[in-house]
Amino acid sequence: MNSPSARPRRLETVPALLLLAPFLAAFLLFFLIPAVQTLYLSLTDSSLTRTSAFVGLANYVTLVNDPSFWASLGNTFYFSLLTVVPLTVLGLVMALLVDRFTRAGPWLQGAFFLPFVLPISVMTLIADWMLQPSAGIVNHLLGMQRAWFADVHWAMPMVAIGTIWWTVGFNMLMFLAGLRNIPRELYEAAALDGARGFALFRYITWPQLKPVAWTAFVLQLIASLKIFGQTYIMTTGGPFNTTRVTLHYMYETAFTQSDAGYAAAVAMAFVLIVVALSLTQGWVARRLGRQA
Amino acid sequence: MSAAPQRRYAGIGWTVVAAVCALVLAALWVAPLLWALSTALRPEYETISPVFRFLPQDWTVAAFAKVLGAGNVPRWLFNSALVALLVTIITMAVSLMAAYAFSQMRFRGRDLLFMLAMLAFLLPFEALLVPLFRMMNQLGLINSYAGIVLPQVVSPVAIYVFRQFFDTIPQDFREAAVLDGASPLRVLWSVYLPMSGNIVWAMAIVTFIGAWNNFLWPFIIVTSGDMMTIPLGLTQTYDAFGVRYAQLMAAALLGAFPVALAYIVFQRRVTHGFLAATGLKG
Repeated sequence: MNSPSARPRRLETVPALLLLAPFLAAFLLFFLIPAVQTLYLSLTDSSLTRTSAFVGLANYVTLVNDPSFWASLGNTFYFSLLTVVPLTVLGLVMALLVDRFTRAGPWLQGAFFLPFVLPISVMTLIADWMLQPSAGIVNHLLGMQRAWFADVHWAMPMVAIGTIWWTVGFNMLMFLAGLRNIPRELYEAAALDGARGFALFRYITWPQLKPVAWTAFVLQLIASLKIFGQTYIMTTGGPFNTTRVTLHYMYETAFTQSDAGYAAAVAMAFVLIVVALSLTQGWVARRLGRQA
Repeated sequence: MSAAPQRRYAGIGWTVVAAVCALVLAALWVAPLLWALSTALRPEYETISPVFRFLPQDWTVAAFAKVLGAGNVPRWLFNSALVALLVTIITMAVSLMAAYAFSQMRFRGRDLLFMLAMLAFLLPFEALLVPLFRMMNQLGLINSYAGIVLPQVVSPVAIYVFRQFFDTIPQDFREAAVLDGASPLRVLWSVYLPMSGNIVWAMAIVTFIGAWNNFLWPFIIVTSGDMMTIPLGLTQTYDAFGVRYAQLMAAALLGAFPVALAYIVFQRRVTHGFLAATGLKG
């Protein structure tokens, strides 16, 4: 764009730094220092309130051999498996529907997106009430008395369904923006060539939408890996730790067992996974963008 | 934007399938909130009555009155409103100033500093919880508004979006004002801000919704009942009300109301803001 301008200008270091000062202070205190500290803490034996001896990579050695950590990672990936593809596909379907009906479109969009702006605990309270064993509406409609969140097989899928209801609106919005960026002429040209219905989706919409779909998919994967609140509130990790996810394990390690050093190592492992995925996303999105 | 060019080329069969899908999905997405409302408008005994009814038999707002009249819900709503407003105002001020400097001013290390700031995009906030809590503990900010608000004001998204917008404003505006002797803050306030109304509003509303809904950080930093925000407080309601479903649903709907209203009133700006944050729309 137009900065720096064509004409040579004086450096404005002092006024610029003054404007940046509030941000830089907050950034330093609440991002950069804690980020470095997470790394540092992971190499120590610190508790939640006290910083103590440097122990090298001991926490990481423990981590690799810690079945609870691997189980929590497994639960996290199981939740991701249950949510990422449904949330991406359903987001696309909803966007296509919103885009298709001119009159009803805005109403559909409102209905699909509204849950996304609600606090997590509104979703969990409603889900808990709907799935209540004896008086819940779901059991009533199915004619059973199942305690969904106490059931090893059903707890995680129910958390996943609640999450899908709560967050799919955001994916719909991304797809909708992608859909509306597709030039109309492409459809007109294809229609002239005799393409109809599904063929238009397959040969025009989908190829054009692929970069958005990929972005939505990876953003969703990252969001799903970060699951904590839903399981913590709805199941507190139970039954038998089958819904205890990685961030929950980190939280327990730090705040219940006061083992900040080990919790920081768990955090570092988690960061590694998320950052690797974020970088992949940017790389693949650029490649897809070039193709399209 | 006009919708669906492909609509005109689709057969009637597809249209029927699409209409049925749309109806079913919309019903499924609205039903939980309607069911919560239907529950909240009952007397307590009716919620666990063995006779199942979709609608209340004796309509009443007793549950809402009870929740608003006693217990912590009014306090939690107040805390949330205060926290969300403070986070929004501070984030906007801090990010606008930083974005202006990054976009319009010349200084050494500008691009390096900007890239460093964008690192905050990459690292999940969750990874910072332990050191942040330790720091807040040392500063004595546990259970304080400052402790809840301050870590939420670092917003790489807002800075990125504002900088992109400022980049599109012709530099002539700024140079004219600078020649008149206006300070950078003055130029930002009276030249750039009036031109950025849409994007600032969009980001402000999205920031407000995010801060109102933030669960994780208040969950870490708040332990006392009267400092909780509503998303956190609502998880404590079993202790507060016991298992009283009409009151629980009334409390949930009260917690949902401000953000739902913000979304319904500012629908365009909310969608704009969320899309700007994903980089899909400027």
